[in-house]
Amino acid sequence: MLEHELTPRPPAPNGGPRIGVYVCHCGLNIAGKVDIEQVVTFASTLPDVAVARDYKFMCSDPGQELIEQDLRDGLVNRVVVASCSPLMHEATFRRATQEGGQSPFYFQMASIREHVSWVTADGEDATGKAKALVAAAVRRVALHEYLEPRKAEVQPDIMVVGGGIAGIHAALVMADAGKHVYLVERESTIGGHMAKFDKTFPTLDCAACILTPKMSQVRSHPNITLWTYSDVVGVEGFTGDFTVRVRHRPRYVKEELCTGCLECIEKCIHKQGKFEDEWNEGLSKRKPIYIPFPQATPPVVVVDPEACIWFKTGKCPQTCIDACERDAFDFEQTETFDEVKVGAIVLATGFKTFQAERMPEYGYGLYPNVYTSLEVERLLNAAGPTGGEVVLRDGSEPKVVGIIHCVGSRDAKHNLWCSKVCCMYSLKLAHMVKERTGAEVYNFYIDMRTPGKGYEEFYDKILREGVHMVRGRVAGVTDEAASPEEEGHLVIRAEDTLIGSVRRIPVDMVILAVGITPQPDAQDVRRMFNISCGGEGFFTERHPKLAPVSTFTDGVFLAGACQGPKDIPDTVAQAGAAAAEVLAMVDRGFVMLEANTAHIEDELCSGCKTCVGLCPFSAIAFDEERKRASVNEVVCKGCGVCVAACPSGAAQQHLFTDEEIFAEIEGVLAYV
Amino acid sequence: MSARAVSTRYAYFPGCSADGVGRAFTESLYAVFEHLGYGLDELEDWNCCGATAWPSVDQDQAHALSARNLALAEDRAPGADPVDVLASCTGCYRALLKAQEALGTAGPTQVKLGRALAAIGLDSEGRARVRHPVDILLNEIGLDRIRQAVVRPLTGVKVASYYGCQLIRPFSTFDDQYDPTSMDRLVEALGAEPVDWPLKTRCCGGSCYCGGPVIGAMPEATMQLSYALLREAAKRGADVIVSICPLCQFNLEGFQDRMAKRFGHPVDMPSGFITQLMGIAMGIDEKRLGIHRLLRWRLPVAPAPEPAAVGAPAAEEGGGDA
Repeated sequence: MLEHELTPRPPAPNGGPRIGVYVCHCGLNIAGKVDIEQVVTFASTLPDVAVARDYKFMCSDPGQELIEQDLRDGLVNRVVVASCSPLMHEATFRRATQEGGQSPFYFQMASIREHVSWVTADGEDATGKAKALVAAAVRRVALHEYLEPRKAEVQPDIMVVGGGIAGIHAALVMADAGKHVYLVERESTIGGHMAKFDKTFPTLDCAACILTPKMSQVRSHPNITLWTYSDVVGVEGFTGDFTVRVRHRPRYVKEELCTGCLECIEKCIHKQGKFEDEWNEGLSKRKPIYIPFPQATPPVVVVDPEACIWFKTGKCPQTCIDACERDAFDFEQTETFDEVKVGAIVLATGFKTFQAERMPEYGYGLYPNVYTSLEVERLLNAAGPTGGEVVLRDGSEPKVVGIIHCVGSRDAKHNLWCSKVCCMYSLKLAHMVKERTGAEVYNFYIDMRTPGKGYEEFYDKILREGVHMVRGRVAGVTDEAASPEEEGHLVIRAEDTLIGSVRRIPVDMVILAVGITPQPDAQDVRRMFNISCGGEGFFTERHPKLAPVSTFTDGVFLAGACQGPKDIPDTVAQAGAAAAEVLAMVDRGFVMLEANTAHIEDELCSGCKTCVGLCPFSAIAFDEERKRASVNEVVCKGCGVCVAACPSGAAQQHLFTDEEIFAEIEGVLAYV
Repeated sequence: MSARAVSTRYAYFPGCSADGVGRAFTESLYAVFEHLGYGLDELEDWNCCGATAWPSVDQDQAHALSARNLALAEDRAPGADPVDVLASCTGCYRALLKAQEALGTAGPTQVKLGRALAAIGLDSEGRARVRHPVDILLNEIGLDRIRQAVVRPLTGVKVASYYGCQLIRPFSTFDDQYDPTSMDRLVEALGAEPVDWPLKTRCCGGSCYCGGPVIGAMPEATMQLSYALLREAAKRGADVIVSICPLCQFNLEGFQDRMAKRFGHPVDMPSGFITQLMGIAMGIDEKRLGIHRLLRWRLPVAPAPEPAAVGAPAAEEGGGDA
């Protein structure tokens, strides 16, 4: 639903365009390289320019006031600001233009910071380029039409993608505020990584005790629709009005009937678990019908068709069906789909841990007693494969344990970034392994990074407990014994940079503190939601300081480790922030849209219908009698496909007319 | 030498070590390649590869030395085709690869090298490709052909392949950097049993004094490093340790008595080159393989078959053996 916010006004008063050019110093960001005075003098000589001024910070209140005053005085009726990029401040200056009494679209920006001063070595070159860009903007803005902003209603419902602690927290905050939230999780249970941990640093409180109540709240909340074993397969629309398509994968069990009594698992024809249990990182075996862990939410079993005898051979007494008193089984289940309209989306898709196999020098996969930290989290967990006992693959208890920090992190060969949580969780693991087994624990670290409330104090506590700290990057893990004491042990070779010597430390168990990496399908997800990510794959926030939970796509927000490595407190804080921003947007009730819709110049239209089929929003109608196409500008989203495709130049787009674009190009070329 | 028809001829860069202390490597390489129907032509007028102490004095000048060798190889084979330059010594192999990279990477070094070559009337179009014989044996000649040429399978012989540092570092053009297997696959093709051991790429100590009498500058460090390799190979049941670097081979073989005295533990591990092992399995005369140059060579293997047996598969290959 679109409507005009401003009442129509006559085109620019007193005839032709009178352009004001405002050149920003941006402190020394621009002025340090570009000769501002030259640019201002040059601008004042350009056709239609009524006034050219400069100011230290155009975006500040006095800077904006300069523009508004000139507009109010009738000195100018169109505005060019030469400053940073439109991404940064186009909205700011459009608002100023509107405050001054003009259409916000009588404005054009010339980026002389990002495109000039920051990227040009020579001052003279920079000044020349700044002039050319100003000239281009001046020529363009002179042709701008009188347009009005469009306003669109916001759909009240919200989608959260990912059911880890970030998604859970964001969903609960918004649902408590009275919004309807769709929470989509691709695993069969919500909880994410946090549900795998036994305890959390630095307080050592039990992860399950703080997480499972929130999980059950999600399930019972009247405002939350929980879709597990489901994924988003399509997103259309724009901020305030997204249409999201969700696929539900078959569990072969009716979710609404299953009570989680687990009788069927007991009665399965497989007497023992036989298949790798993903939830326990492969440290135990499960049956073809299983539940990841007893507190899974929803507490609904899943049938693995790759493992189930019925699916593989069609011959099975199906004792599971007999065991089910609720008649919940449905072996004919197929994928189903839902399509919902939401106003905003929170992405909380989480992370994956670094694949330890990628550092073969640490022997993961080669030596059985080399574990990843996530595996040890499962060993420590009371609901894990060993009931919380830390034992080696042969069932014996380790007497010496080595924890290697920064596996895959801070490493030019793998990931350059610090994963932020590994120092702290390694200390936690050191404490817990020592507590459970009494083993001597060695931590091999590059630097200890413990910034956070209570974190350094935790480090201090662990040191006092007698955990050995060796400062040095580990060279390798080997089973080569150089002395009788090393026989039968794994040997960690590392340089101890504090005592200045190379050490060989025989251990029974090696724990690799694997770092945090983006999800392997982060690229697909970001494409689907039309957001950007860094070269490493973490989703990019709109501004690293001032807009850390929004993205460059309005209406799509970020929470948790999908945006970068984060511990639980930071993740929850960010999820709350994302929820607050969504609520602000949804409660306002409308969003302002670009005026960049397309239209067809009736007399130029040849009636070829090329545009009609191409329009992704079915916004183009065709009059068979007159053989002319026309655009419904309420439905048009301004994608520009028809404009590019029209062979006769009849399809034109507001803010991107051929004349405007050619004038801009000419402006650049005329002054280089 | 043999009159056998050869299908491909490679430019061979021996370098100082494989031409001197490790000449058995070059000898056995020629013999095995020819036996398989491939020829080697020594690169005429080759010079030092620059993998000496020079890189730490002036890296660009060290590159210039290798660049001349590569330019020579291109000069000897006019045309547009790539020229494979084989370097057996892994020190040379790495030095030549580094020069190849410098020649192909735009920058001040590339300009300097171009000028240096121009001063002696040469230039490089980047056609020279530095290859290691193991790469050629595995990926061009192929395991099938090698298996066919085996007349004396080394059944039951346990072989520890020692890759050393430079075959796979810093460049890994044909094998895994952490767990190389190329030599083990060759060993398997000979009917022998590869020994899986964790030290196949651990330093032999040769780098403690590179380019001269090994175990020279830091005897204690070098001895400890070599000793660890020999001890572990013996512990894993190896009958023999084979390498692809003259320095490694020399280090591993030459000081075993001194090690035994120093570490108070008997050390007696035959050490040779992979190509020598291949030649033996192919029934090539031990003299041509330079076996007589080794200090402690022995293989738990049946004696060489009668010459008649050797002739049979060789005839199939299209020529008689020498």
